[in-house]
Amino acid sequence: MDHAAARDHNPNGSGRAYWRSLEELAETDAFQARLAAEFPSQASTWTDPAGRREFLRLMGASLALAGLSGCGVNAPEEIVPYSRAPENVVPGKPRYYATSVLFQGYAHGVIVESHMGRPTKIEGNPDHPASLGAADRFAQASILGLYDPDRSRAILRNGRQSSWSDFLGWMIDRRGRWLARKGEGLHVVTGPTTSPTLAAQLESLGRIMPEMRWYVHDPVGRENLRDGARLAFGRPLETVRDFAKADVVLSLDDDFLSDGPSHIVDARHFAARREPRRPLNRLYVVEPSPTITGAMADHRLPLAAKEIGRLAQALAKSLGVNIPTARHAADASWVARVAADLKSAKGRSIVTVGPGYPPEVHAIVHAINAALGNVGSTVRYIPSAQYTRNARTLVELSNAIDGGRVQTLLLLGVNPAYDAPANLNFAERMVDSVPERVHLGLYADETAGRCHWHVPEAHVLESWGDARAFDGTVSTIQPMIRPLFGGRSALEVLSILLGQPARTARETVTAHWKSQRGGQSFESDWSRWLDRGVIDGTAFEPVKASLKSTEAFVPDSRKARDGFEVLFRPDPNVWDGSLANNGWLQELPRPLTKLTWDNAALVSPKTAGALGVKNQDVVELKFDGRALRLPVWIAPGQAEESVTVHLGFGRTAAGRVGNGVGTSGYALRPSSSPWFGSGLKLAATGATHPLATTQHHQNMQGRDLLKSAAVGDFARNPRFVETPEDARTRGLTLFENPAPQKRRQEGEGNAWGMSINLNTCIGCNACVVACQAENNIPVVGKQQVINGREMHWIRIDRYYEGSAERPETRFQPVPCMHCENAPCELVCPVGATTHSAEGLNEMTYNRCVGTRYCSNNCPYKVRRFNFLEYNGDTSAPIALRHNPDVTVRSRGVMEKCTYCVQRINNARIAAEIEGRPIRDGEVVPACAQTCPTRAIVFGNLNDRSSEIARTKADPRNYALLEELNTRPRTTYLAKLTNPNPALEGA
Amino acid sequence: MTTVNDRPDVLGPGQTYGSITDKISAIVVDQPTRRGWVLGFLVGFSLLNLLMVSVAYLLYRGVGIWGVQIPVAWGWAITNFVWWIGIGHAGTLISAILLLLKQEWRTSINRFAEAMTLFAVACAGIFPLLHLGRPWVFYWLLPYPNTMSLWPQWRSPLVWDVFAVSTYALVSLIFWYIGLVPDLATVRDRARSTPVKVIYGILALGWRGSARHWHRYRTVYLLLAALATPLVVSVHSVVSFDFTVGIVPGWHSTIFPPYFVAGAIYSGFAMVLTLAIPLRAAYGLHAQITQRHLQNMAKVLLATGMLVTYGYVMEAFMAWYSADTYDQFIQLQARPFGPYATTYWALIVCNCGTPQLLWIPWFRRNVYALFVIALLVNLGMWLERFVIVVTSLATDFLPSSWQVYHATFWDWAAFLGSIGLFVSCFFLFIRFLPMISMTEMRELIHETAEHHCAASEEARS
Repeated sequence: MDHAAARDHNPNGSGRAYWRSLEELAETDAFQARLAAEFPSQASTWTDPAGRREFLRLMGASLALAGLSGCGVNAPEEIVPYSRAPENVVPGKPRYYATSVLFQGYAHGVIVESHMGRPTKIEGNPDHPASLGAADRFAQASILGLYDPDRSRAILRNGRQSSWSDFLGWMIDRRGRWLARKGEGLHVVTGPTTSPTLAAQLESLGRIMPEMRWYVHDPVGRENLRDGARLAFGRPLETVRDFAKADVVLSLDDDFLSDGPSHIVDARHFAARREPRRPLNRLYVVEPSPTITGAMADHRLPLAAKEIGRLAQALAKSLGVNIPTARHAADASWVARVAADLKSAKGRSIVTVGPGYPPEVHAIVHAINAALGNVGSTVRYIPSAQYTRNARTLVELSNAIDGGRVQTLLLLGVNPAYDAPANLNFAERMVDSVPERVHLGLYADETAGRCHWHVPEAHVLESWGDARAFDGTVSTIQPMIRPLFGGRSALEVLSILLGQPARTARETVTAHWKSQRGGQSFESDWSRWLDRGVIDGTAFEPVKASLKSTEAFVPDSRKARDGFEVLFRPDPNVWDGSLANNGWLQELPRPLTKLTWDNAALVSPKTAGALGVKNQDVVELKFDGRALRLPVWIAPGQAEESVTVHLGFGRTAAGRVGNGVGTSGYALRPSSSPWFGSGLKLAATGATHPLATTQHHQNMQGRDLLKSAAVGDFARNPRFVETPEDARTRGLTLFENPAPQKRRQEGEGNAWGMSINLNTCIGCNACVVACQAENNIPVVGKQQVINGREMHWIRIDRYYEGSAERPETRFQPVPCMHCENAPCELVCPVGATTHSAEGLNEMTYNRCVGTRYCSNNCPYKVRRFNFLEYNGDTSAPIALRHNPDVTVRSRGVMEKCTYCVQRINNARIAAEIEGRPIRDGEVVPACAQTCPTRAIVFGNLNDRSSEIARTKADPRNYALLEELNTRPRTTYLAKLTNPNPALEGA
Repeated sequence: MTTVNDRPDVLGPGQTYGSITDKISAIVVDQPTRRGWVLGFLVGFSLLNLLMVSVAYLLYRGVGIWGVQIPVAWGWAITNFVWWIGIGHAGTLISAILLLLKQEWRTSINRFAEAMTLFAVACAGIFPLLHLGRPWVFYWLLPYPNTMSLWPQWRSPLVWDVFAVSTYALVSLIFWYIGLVPDLATVRDRARSTPVKVIYGILALGWRGSARHWHRYRTVYLLLAALATPLVVSVHSVVSFDFTVGIVPGWHSTIFPPYFVAGAIYSGFAMVLTLAIPLRAAYGLHAQITQRHLQNMAKVLLATGMLVTYGYVMEAFMAWYSADTYDQFIQLQARPFGPYATTYWALIVCNCGTPQLLWIPWFRRNVYALFVIALLVNLGMWLERFVIVVTSLATDFLPSSWQVYHATFWDWAAFLGSIGLFVSCFFLFIRFLPMISMTEMRELIHETAEHHCAASEEARS
């Protein structure tokens, strides 16, 4: 990190100072000069020897205080000397707090692990309806976003440093004028929000400034869902689905296992119905571009996006919905069979469609669910959790700007200069025609650079707030740490407009809830809500929704333009680009393509063949009068005429990580077809662009690595994972049983083992990020990934089976297998990798000399080597994210999955203090804890009643590469599919 | 006289004790440094500097400057190590085994073959050290008493390697040096300037050529030869254990020890030829290194080349016969048709194809042809090690982790640099030490004369 630059952007210094190391207080001239500049009021103290001692003491105290502010109860003004140790803080013991992280405005409840006031790890909040104890890749990675050194550190006025008081003065001055004109000329843009407090603020603002205009901007928003509901029911209702009750599910390009405010819950419920304890559900997916939901499908139909409305129409017709007949297409028999299957599961099915489809298609799907009798059983309608009253769109804002009506633009947490539709030319339009522009954002991004004022935004882990979950439950947001860079939240900025400039976000939130749920017991209620992370009784009740006349639900059936179809999709990891500076997400292999650090034009194998291009060849995409050059990536299972462009790349002011990664799909995206459009022209350019993928071979070479069977075959032969030959020779070996196995057989002590259920693994990558966060795994960058040196301790192997056009896609998470007969241990010349008595294959980093022989001899190739110094940046704040319980590895040593040995040891210490054995479920590795579908089970094999022992007794249990006699402690449960007999071979 | 063509003598005609000694010692003592030598040394020295730079950068940045990755965690470094160790084998074989077998033709080539061994082992030795992630703690592979109470992990072949290679280096050095002692004394006696006399005098360890000296010399030399003999077999067998002990398909094979030893001798003789042919021409040593030597070496090349070819065939056969899918894939698909197919077929052509030419006498006699064949065999043997090390790792058990290995500039720098180290050492050797054993050549003249006498006596009776 560049300290000098950081200081330059830090005029008041209230943020970084807490994280300065005491060593830095060395009395160098440079430091004194810096200090004088940073703390003008202290400058004289510093030169006075007696005062200096006092100052150092205070600095030390504030440093310590930063460690305490995690609980968020200390007002920032107080300074407490550490000589009086705060209650309940035991050095070395983490504390856990409930809060929420936001995604598309919706709350995901999380529990944050905090070490001495330093949040280091995020877990799901079991009490939260959108989490159920699991956290997704975005929530897991938000901890890195918190410590991102590229975050904006200073208030900027016309690109120069300014201060909060200057900003406040300016705003208060302007407020007078706006009030006088009832808010005319003031235009506020926010991201989608579900926060009741923010909504209340906007309502109040609307009352005192009725002419003020408010816009919601989300480049990949969910407005189609609301508009569809408005079309179907006359109200912007939201759909809540209960996959646990659904026997048959049809998804029309709805990636419900991966995205959306309820995806964790949906995935959990869906996966519960994939287990043979109950009859398996059956999933049909129709989609133009492969998704993880498509990969889980029993039957997947690749279909261009423009055809999906027609397919929905045909399905609705065959289910008796009063709707015009759709034109006939080749997939008619497929649709008929799916319709028959859905009919046979009336009231126990779900049909769903993705956010990228027009409102008419959503309305048709509502009609289908009604026709299938699903409403009230598997499908419920609730009021929209997102606050949308009087919300306008970015297109309307553009028109207002053109009309010269926009005097001041207040951009709160949005970045339209980067992600607005290309035809709006928003950045130029804003700069040319809006006299005053104010931006609040986490980064000094593309929009900040074009605004008169930029105010650093507080990270969600640094701020007070509230937000609703998908079902309406209000979730609390409390700061885990004082703002590192002096950020402010949107609540604070709106408070200024409401004439309460001194009001903190905390006061705003508590005041709001006091007004809503105030009473005798408010104080204790409030602490209980904060403690649990949710406010009781705020979930929305289902509403009665009556369907309007279905005849109007006709999708646009105009003849599509010739050429290919372009699909604009948020990137699975960096989403709309707002997460582009997060190295964990950039380096996380995309679930299907396994690409890192880039976007590509996804084309079908046939299209690639027709164009004569192969992976990494650059093509030019021409659409709607605009052109874009992107490297090609061949995606098996892609609809033939569809070309997918992932948004979120090509940032220019994201930060050092995200700048220049990939190419911006927004440059091609018009507001008229934000999700897909036809008429795309593709042309090879002859150029190539290297892409970094983590998996170069896509099929299993006929090796039986990922075992699966249809559920019928499983019923006939539950032990299908074993060939008759295997069964005959089971347990026979020429070799002596290794010691760990003997101990296990004799039931001595703990014998740790893991099971990964391939049936319920959806390939969502949450475990990979969780592991990265828990185990201090470094990010290595694109070139190192190309060189084959990514460091993830758990990887998700993705294999294709069948034809390239319609493949079956399978996921297999592979961590260290902790072999009882570990090949790696035998070959280490210095004994750096050894076996523990409890069956862990342990790495002693200090002893490792780096011969890499262990990795060569590991048949699972799960070992990772520090080829270079990947953890070199030890500066604040980047080093603060590290988990203090896990060694940060240096150059030249081998590392790998440890089964989260630090968690095992913590549990052991706790158990020994209490004089009891470790309980089942007390040790949960990071991957298992965050898994949305509970596909990973960990525990003590010697405890016969443990969940892991029961899981391993399942007939589907098998070991990967069992024939090598490595006796892995990590085993798999084979996958089951539930194909429709009527569609076999289709 | 027809036999002369087929089996030329090991000595040119008209050689006497004096002429041999004059010829060989003059290169060290009398002749001025030649321009060709300077040029050759400069080439070697430049490459040596490249090695220095690459080692410095390696120590600064880490092994990540090479192309190694997961799954191919061993790349050129280990390839180079095995290649150089293999080359080193010919020296010991010539000195020890052929001495014990009383093959008199070894005499004129053993000295520089031994030197070649030493330098090759030196080149080999740097790679296992440098390829460590943390080379500064290499000594943890040694069993030494330490406060950490830690000991090497004896089941690892890498520990065996440490002992095999260091023993080999040590025995080769002693053997070579003992053989040098009488010749060093000769140089001392012939030197004209005092500093030279002093230096060679110290190195000659007070050799005066007394009968007692000769007696002890002969005893030690024979003993050392006997000691070195098992090393010829053991070193490369142990090196091959690095692979055979691993469970990696393409490594896990019992054929490796003999096949590695054969390959080592093969590459060693190829290197001796590569060095002998230009040396002979540059210093006019046709009388000392005769057609007989070259032809004999060509025959060894042919024989060991056939052994190595047998090894390749057996590897493929065993893979097929074993019904082991992973091994079958490596041997029958990945190597011949995979991403490294070019390398594989180049190795087959170099190692199996070219030596077949040596069935034809013309190729054995023509120094140019022989030189080219020797070079190709050297190349082929390097490729063989590359194929064994890299292809096996690149396509092992789980296809998801397969990845092709690409060498970087620094891989090339370290490899070419090691050649620079070798060339530099070798040029210094031919300039400052007698490159052919004068002692043994004089002995050979003596024995040949006796043999002639005996033959003529037989003829008379």
